[in-house]
Amino acid sequence: MDPGSSSGPASSSGSGLFEVPIRRACPFDPPPGLAGLRAAEPITRRVMPLDGTELWLVTSHDLVRRMLADPRWSSTVDGGLSPEQPLHMTQPEPGMFLSMDAPEHGRYRRMLTAHFTVQRMNRLRPRIEQIVAERLDAMERLPHPVDLVAEFALPVPSLVICELLGMPYEDRAEFQEAARTGVDMTASPEQSDAAMARLGAHLAKLIAAKREEPDDALIGELIREGALTDGELVHISILLLLAGHETTANMLGLGTLLLLHHPDQLALVREGAPGAADELLRYLSIVDLVMFRGAKEDLTLGGREIRAGEFGLASLSAANRDPALCEDPDRLDVTRPKTAHVALGFGPHQCLGQNLARLELEIALQALLRRFPGLRAAVPLDEVPVRENAAIHGLHSLPVTW
Amino acid sequence: MSAVEATAGITVVTVNRESCCGAGQCVLAAPAVFTQSEEDGLVVLLDPDPPAGLRDAVRRAQSHCPTRSITVR
Repeated sequence: MDPGSSSGPASSSGSGLFEVPIRRACPFDPPPGLAGLRAAEPITRRVMPLDGTELWLVTSHDLVRRMLADPRWSSTVDGGLSPEQPLHMTQPEPGMFLSMDAPEHGRYRRMLTAHFTVQRMNRLRPRIEQIVAERLDAMERLPHPVDLVAEFALPVPSLVICELLGMPYEDRAEFQEAARTGVDMTASPEQSDAAMARLGAHLAKLIAAKREEPDDALIGELIREGALTDGELVHISILLLLAGHETTANMLGLGTLLLLHHPDQLALVREGAPGAADELLRYLSIVDLVMFRGAKEDLTLGGREIRAGEFGLASLSAANRDPALCEDPDRLDVTRPKTAHVALGFGPHQCLGQNLARLELEIALQALLRRFPGLRAAVPLDEVPVRENAAIHGLHSLPVTW
Repeated sequence: MSAVEATAGITVVTVNRESCCGAGQCVLAAPAVFTQSEEDGLVVLLDPDPPAGLRDAVRRAQSHCPTRSITVR
């Protein structure tokens, strides 16, 4: 029997291949079927149900890391989330370094690494603590129940990334809407393109103003350094804004819900368990089905022959629950020593803002749980609206009371 | 390869600043051994010959490095 056969019917594309399991049965766990695949066939031919592309699905921790660290697997890919825009190799826009390979990727990445070091992020701690405290103050004044996503999980990272980049928080509706559309798998390519075009036009105006009068925030500094065109600055700003919105916000929302399900772990986070952020990142793996790569040349991975031009998908959620990664991987344990999890990716593209994300998660979750020791969901936990059609997992809302 | 190396002691750590992507994983794992340059954000080796007590931390830094830019001998 095919190990993935419980995950869905064979494809309708006529390939006869089974589908990549993409639907989570539980919002905290990888889609059913991946654990069986990881054990039986950690690299396997599958078809993406969203766009019909045939690809290599990679599910073990070892092979996922090998694939993402291997420069023969190109990041210059796009699409994959809808039949109108199947997975394809692409020529990225200047500055869109997420979809670039060496050496272009390194050129942009290296202009940014100094802005996101561990030391530099730690210097933001007092400011993040202040932003978090202000949001908690605002929450306290609202009538119950309060939507934790709208009032806390989204505004905190939104305020932080806007301030870090030097973008006006008053424009957040624009940033947040574009970020949401960008990861919405039900949005048509036209809708996504239109949202990005609106955001790009808006950012182009802000960047033009900064050219006249550069401030001390990140985009202003990049302008002063003088190595980037306006077009490059627009795409870098889009990347950083979207990455700063959809990831940490969903970790805060879904992470809080997970902790409400695990009161013992919640108590440990409130007491300041130092490894909580990384364990929550590992356990939830909210970025999962977008880690596409394209083989630039013939290569071998896990004993399988990959041909140039074939596509691959690294399942970060499956890799993060691999028994080879840590003991008892399906158990949430915020006291676990930091694992080599791949929730933030692996290889030269590993999350640039990861130490900002760690800091935000640590500060925000601890402060939330200390401010409201009686925090609880205002609806049954299994009725919390989960985002079903988003490339990044999370919650639409989380009504809470205390 | 722009590498920094020392040969004394039991554990010898080498870093490759060409391949480093500035993720900071090594700083989290072993802050007494690794830091990030304020200028470019890339790895700076503070102690190429760390004491035996830091060996596990250095191994963890090596295993967590996303670009495999740390070697330990």
